[in-house]
Amino acid sequence: MTTNATPAGKTTPAEAPKPSPATSEDLLLEVTDLKKHFPVTQGIVYQRKVGAVRAVDGITFSLRRGETLGVVGESGCGKSTMGRVVSRLLDPTSGTIRFDGRDITKLSQRAMRPLRKDIQMIFQDPFSSLNPRKNVGAIVSAPLHLQDIATEHGTKRRVQELLELVGLSPEHYNRYPHEFSGGQRQRIGIARALASRPKLIVADEPVSALDVSIQAQVINLLEDVQAELGLTYIFIAHDLSVVRHISDRVAVMYLGRIVEVADQVRLYEQPMHPYTHALLSAVPVPDPVKEGKRERILLYGDVPSPLNPPSGCRFHTRCWKAKEMCKTVEPPLLTIQPGHQVACHFPEERTLI
Amino acid sequence: MVRFIIRRLLGSLGVLIAASIVAFGIFFLIPSNPAVLYSGRTSSPATIQATKVRLGLNDPAYEQYYHYMKGIVVGRDFSSGPGDVNHCPVPCLGYSFKSNEPVTSILWSRLPVTFSIIIGAAVLWLVSGVAIGVLSALKRGSVIDRGAMIVALAGVSLPVFFTALILLKLVSYDWKILPNVHYVNFADDPLNWARNLILPWIALAFLFSALYARLTRATTLETLGEDYIRTARAKGLPERTVIGKHTLRAVLTPIVTIFGLDLAQGFTGAILTEKAFGFVGLGQTAVSAVDQSDLPVVIGVVLLSTFIVVIANLIVDLLYGVIDPRVRLA
Amino acid sequence: MSLTKDGPTPPPATARRGFLDVRDLVVHFFTDDGVVNAVDGLSFSVEPGRTLGIVGESGSGKSVTSLSIMGLNRGRGTKISGEIWLEGQELISASTEEIRALRGSKMAMIFQDPLSAMHPFFSIGAQISEAYRVHNDVSKKAARVRTIELLDRVGIPSPNTRVDDYPHQFSGGMRQRAMIAMALSCDPRLLIADEPTTALDVTVQAQILDLLRDLQKEFNSAIVLITHDLGVIAEATDEVLVMYAGRGVEYGPVKELFAAPEHPYTWGLLQSMTRLDRKDQDRLRPVLGSPPSLIHVPSGCPFHPRCPYDAQAAPASREIRPNLIETTPGHQVACHLEPAERQRIFREEVSPGL
Repeated sequence: MTTNATPAGKTTPAEAPKPSPATSEDLLLEVTDLKKHFPVTQGIVYQRKVGAVRAVDGITFSLRRGETLGVVGESGCGKSTMGRVVSRLLDPTSGTIRFDGRDITKLSQRAMRPLRKDIQMIFQDPFSSLNPRKNVGAIVSAPLHLQDIATEHGTKRRVQELLELVGLSPEHYNRYPHEFSGGQRQRIGIARALASRPKLIVADEPVSALDVSIQAQVINLLEDVQAELGLTYIFIAHDLSVVRHISDRVAVMYLGRIVEVADQVRLYEQPMHPYTHALLSAVPVPDPVKEGKRERILLYGDVPSPLNPPSGCRFHTRCWKAKEMCKTVEPPLLTIQPGHQVACHFPEERTLI
Repeated sequence: MVRFIIRRLLGSLGVLIAASIVAFGIFFLIPSNPAVLYSGRTSSPATIQATKVRLGLNDPAYEQYYHYMKGIVVGRDFSSGPGDVNHCPVPCLGYSFKSNEPVTSILWSRLPVTFSIIIGAAVLWLVSGVAIGVLSALKRGSVIDRGAMIVALAGVSLPVFFTALILLKLVSYDWKILPNVHYVNFADDPLNWARNLILPWIALAFLFSALYARLTRATTLETLGEDYIRTARAKGLPERTVIGKHTLRAVLTPIVTIFGLDLAQGFTGAILTEKAFGFVGLGQTAVSAVDQSDLPVVIGVVLLSTFIVVIANLIVDLLYGVIDPRVRLA
Repeated sequence: MSLTKDGPTPPPATARRGFLDVRDLVVHFFTDDGVVNAVDGLSFSVEPGRTLGIVGESGSGKSVTSLSIMGLNRGRGTKISGEIWLEGQELISASTEEIRALRGSKMAMIFQDPLSAMHPFFSIGAQISEAYRVHNDVSKKAARVRTIELLDRVGIPSPNTRVDDYPHQFSGGMRQRAMIAMALSCDPRLLIADEPTTALDVTVQAQILDLLRDLQKEFNSAIVLITHDLGVIAEATDEVLVMYAGRGVEYGPVKELFAAPEHPYTWGLLQSMTRLDRKDQDRLRPVLGSPPSLIHVPSGCPFHPRCPYDAQAAPASREIRPNLIETTPGHQVACHLEPAERQRIFREEVSPGL
């Protein structure tokens, strides 16, 4: 496999839509005060609820059509759970999710089914997310069968088109996942996600398991199909530089909450939340000269347990700027500049890269 | 930890109650008339009626169940009229229809036989199975490994009674190494007890040690590929510590888990073993009781064996908590 | 496969041996599918107090190299040849017992995933003091005292109580700290860290790299740091070896390697990366194709099927295996392109796009 997927006739990937006052028609997804708590029970006969892991604890954001929202944060910050709740693989505890103008928060599994074709997921591990006993044709066409989607020239033709779109060969139709490399499997995963012509794709660490050179191929592919099919992405990853490259806007999560969200350029060049500062300063850059001179913010300790998050600002236990107020008053996510929201009592612009 | 034990104990109690209800249900589901069986087929209707009253068979089912359970916990009096009171002490399981003996004392006399067979066989199959399995894994692909796995395959395929009969014929009758196998009480003569039990132990353990050898081999191979075994080697530990401590500890965990389940299986095996060697244990008792529709004995055996299996599983659960710290603290 | 052995090593071959000196290491695995050429003629050296970074993608042979130094991949179906010298002692010809005595004492290793690398059923303290006691004849009590000291040194809070915790009770970063404590228990002269931060979050990664740097200053040990992340390489190493298909393709001081890389594969790695220190590019330029099979390694230069400059170096690139040859002092490159041409390409075509 040597081709790099570049669908013919495509120019540059989607330009970031200029931040203009979004009308509700522009919005594909609106999430309001979304919460997902996993109950923790204890008890001998009767399982009493003694607490909850507050994986996602009140997040609000919206997503325009054709936009890519990057979500970053450390492991355990709730970013993956958020992705699964938004795509309704998990039921939200509270809050609302409006997709394409429709409230889908409370839809039953049955009522959700026709909507499943509009929201697809791509997962991290290209090895475990494909059924090893099914051939590529069966894997990629599964959403077509499940959704009873009519295809113009038959399912096989459609699958072969999809394979070509993601840079695989149509001859791969009858092969099995183990015959492919990691990068190719991720392409199969992408083809499967694209089969039902979704509007929204939630990609959860889609390139983390891949080698650097392959990572770049898959990122390019994701950008190409987005431009070609007009897709909207939620791109969840821990790698800040990958997220910067692919996203139009970026949200930073900490302990189940969004602490900062801004368009990509602003977030990386003028970050305001201390946690964002710490994250950015921790990413090593491939330049030993610069690396020696960079300002480095070392955070101490670990992320607190989401079972019992700190009072006030959740970041105060690790924040070097924390004052008394931070321990008691939870900072709201406030708009500081158009399109730039920060949840901090003492926000401060700082250049780190 | 205490919470863990309490939860397990309560769970076990639930299982026991469920088993007793099922066992008791046999009384009413089996198309037979206990009073007739108890009094004898030739008894007059009056005698049968008296028996019914005495045994409380005219009461509704739930009341009979209540009395039965009460008998187990606090003892029970049977009476067919004033002055004719027959006290049945705790734990009362009723009387055999056939011999009129208290079921409790029947079970009590037969239990050591079955117990001796199972305990000895279990120790044998655990030790030999794990040893053979680990050895096979370490010498994977060698003659020892292949030989052991072929024997294990045979062991898995051969029924217990077949193994038992072959052993009896060869060792006992033909070679006369252990002639005249019969049960001897442990208290009377421990040496003879063990000598006579060797063949039953081997017969019953053969099947299980074959299973355990295969499981141990597979788990050992898997464990040897674990990162923490590589770490143990990277520390410079001698190979015997890497295998004997780090690998074995991980291998024993699944073994202990299925061991609890297999003790129940061992009961079934023990019945066949008893039969093959002509020992009169719980199994024999159960089989003949079923033949003769001796329901109190049948129920007694069912309850007793459930009890033993539940206790065994409880011990295994607790043991599992000791072996795997992740379970203990969860 | 033609293996040309004429002088790939510019430093006088016999005169002076490095502290850790690997020479022409070859590791082959015999499998049902064929012979896997995991490492194929690799040479490098590290001095005390210095850190060598080995960078490469999966299948480049970087982990196999580290296991070979530790003697952890000896066994049936593996053929290892060449020389590995550690402070004047040759390790490949050493007996199993000799190398076992060195493991954990003179040379120690930390692994990628600290959760799976620690035994789930033994406490952290037990695992560390075991490592100490196997090489030091001390009482259990003394080993425990030492273990608590070590945990304290690597920054575990309240080590007196945490010493009895089990691995699953530690967070990922703390587990890696504990692994480092275990590796340091016998003051090793050589520490091999195989992707020590790959499984960790960036903030924790920064802590761990910091800790390793501090400890190196304190103990003056030699470190071999294996990673796929060029950012980590730039941050934490002194020299770099870039590996491809079991061979070294570029080797030199870290600053030199990032300022003036000369191998097209190194360029490819740098171009594929998304990086925070440069303007965001419209489009990434990945290395085309996939990593080669190690059973059927491409002839000549193993990178030639993916190399954008292959045409300029053909036919030599497809027929003759290039050796690591010094281009500037201490900087070696294995490429058939003329050095002047490589420097020109990097200056004019590659560098502006980074």
